[in-house]
Amino acid sequence: MTLLSLSAVAKRFSNGTQALRDLSFTVAPGDFVSLLGPSGCGKSTALRLAANLLTPDSGAVTFPTGKPEIGFVFQEPTLMPWADALANARLPLDLQNAPRGEANERAASALARVGLAGFERALPRELSGGMKMRVSLARALVARPKLLLLDEPFAALDEITRAQLGDDLLRLWREDGLTILFVTHSVSESAFLSQRVLVMTPRPGTIAADIALDTALAGTRDGRLSAATIEAQRAISAVLNGTVAA
Amino acid sequence: MRRAPDILFPLVLAALLLGAWEGAIHYWQVPHYVLPAPSAIAHALCTNFGSLMESLGSTLAVTLQAFAAATILGVATAIAFTQSRLIERTLYPYAVILQVTPVVAIAPLILIWVGFERINLALVIVATIVAFFPILAGATLGLKSADFNLLDLARLHGASRLQILWRIRLPTALPYLLSGMKTAGGLALIGAVVAEFVAGSGTATGLAWRIVESGNRLEIATLFAALALLAFTGVVIFAALSLLEWALLRRWHESALGEVT
Repeated sequence: MTLLSLSAVAKRFSNGTQALRDLSFTVAPGDFVSLLGPSGCGKSTALRLAANLLTPDSGAVTFPTGKPEIGFVFQEPTLMPWADALANARLPLDLQNAPRGEANERAASALARVGLAGFERALPRELSGGMKMRVSLARALVARPKLLLLDEPFAALDEITRAQLGDDLLRLWREDGLTILFVTHSVSESAFLSQRVLVMTPRPGTIAADIALDTALAGTRDGRLSAATIEAQRAISAVLNGTVAA
Repeated sequence: MRRAPDILFPLVLAALLLGAWEGAIHYWQVPHYVLPAPSAIAHALCTNFGSLMESLGSTLAVTLQAFAAATILGVATAIAFTQSRLIERTLYPYAVILQVTPVVAIAPLILIWVGFERINLALVIVATIVAFFPILAGATLGLKSADFNLLDLARLHGASRLQILWRIRLPTALPYLLSGMKTAGGLALIGAVVAEFVAGSGTATGLAWRIVESGNRLEIATLFAALALLAFTGVVIFAALSLLEWALLRRWHESALGEVT
């Protein structure tokens, strides 16, 4: 079973930069896949292609089992500063013209699921960086997506907040049976969170290695410092260093 | 809200300056047709109060109509610009030409074309041209300042152009638009005054015409009274728009989180 497939995708930007070449990978339903690579390797471009926000110059982005509902989380919270947390989380439903009452209920429950019950009326400027990112996560979940695309969502946060949000993300992944494609430049984050790590080469980006991790460990509380996670970090680092040196 | 010194200090300065003015007029016995004393201006304002208020009403009506027209046209044009690069590329040079051409130079043409029998319409058109550009510039910049990621997110969820405009672009543009409106409010008044000057005798009845008329009759105190009313009107327009800005933005925008500007 394949939910998302990129085959031989290439993308060049209008300024002439070749961002991606011959990028191929698949994501199975229920997978938690990390896309790991150095800055500027085209990870975010790959994610935007997967969301159909960009179209590839060649190759194809396909959803063999039909296009799923997609949730997207950016590196920045990307909230509407004039709207409260509830209205921000509700945006995807508003765009689908969902009835206001039902949309409010679903947005409130999405906020509660990311630990923001009671903050419905708060404006983004009244929230901390971590809480803003939680609103952004609630917005991504509110339309009940099958596929969640995250573009270095925790990169701008402090380590404690980052760890909490990582734990929450794993909980949501398990509870909802989500499929997650997670862009990151953090080896430890990818080793702890995901079942599979796709290591990308520097620009033009392509897949250098596809590392399967011990799925039983993904997401257990003590997993972050377990021997298996550390071992996974070593393996990923070795591949990553090889690609950067090459 | 404001602290007392913000209001008190300018008032003290005004009292000192007016006192010095009054004293200097009497000390050097300056003729009233060169520079009247503040007390004479106040007297002129009181004796001509009814007719001056009528003139003020006339100028204010032109100003407000022009301001409303400039706001509607400016926002509409800005929306057209953001919906189509072709429209923007085609029309923008003309918007700039309209802006940089001295309005005094085209006002006589507009008066002739519209006709002196529809003098109010002509005045409103001239004032609208003067006030139009800051609205267009502010609204265009604001509509284009929408967060690219937010726009992408909206597209991901299947948003229509109208939804993107209404839910994201227009709220983003609001602070920029209000800033443009504050400039445009003063310009609409200036445009109304310029238009009245150009329209000249017998047709216009606003404050600018009162200034011309008083000058011709050497009623300098009345001239000053009309001038003071114009300045006061400008301040009130600016204050009203600042208050509107504060009311709309105070909850979320950095510029309004402090105090009324």
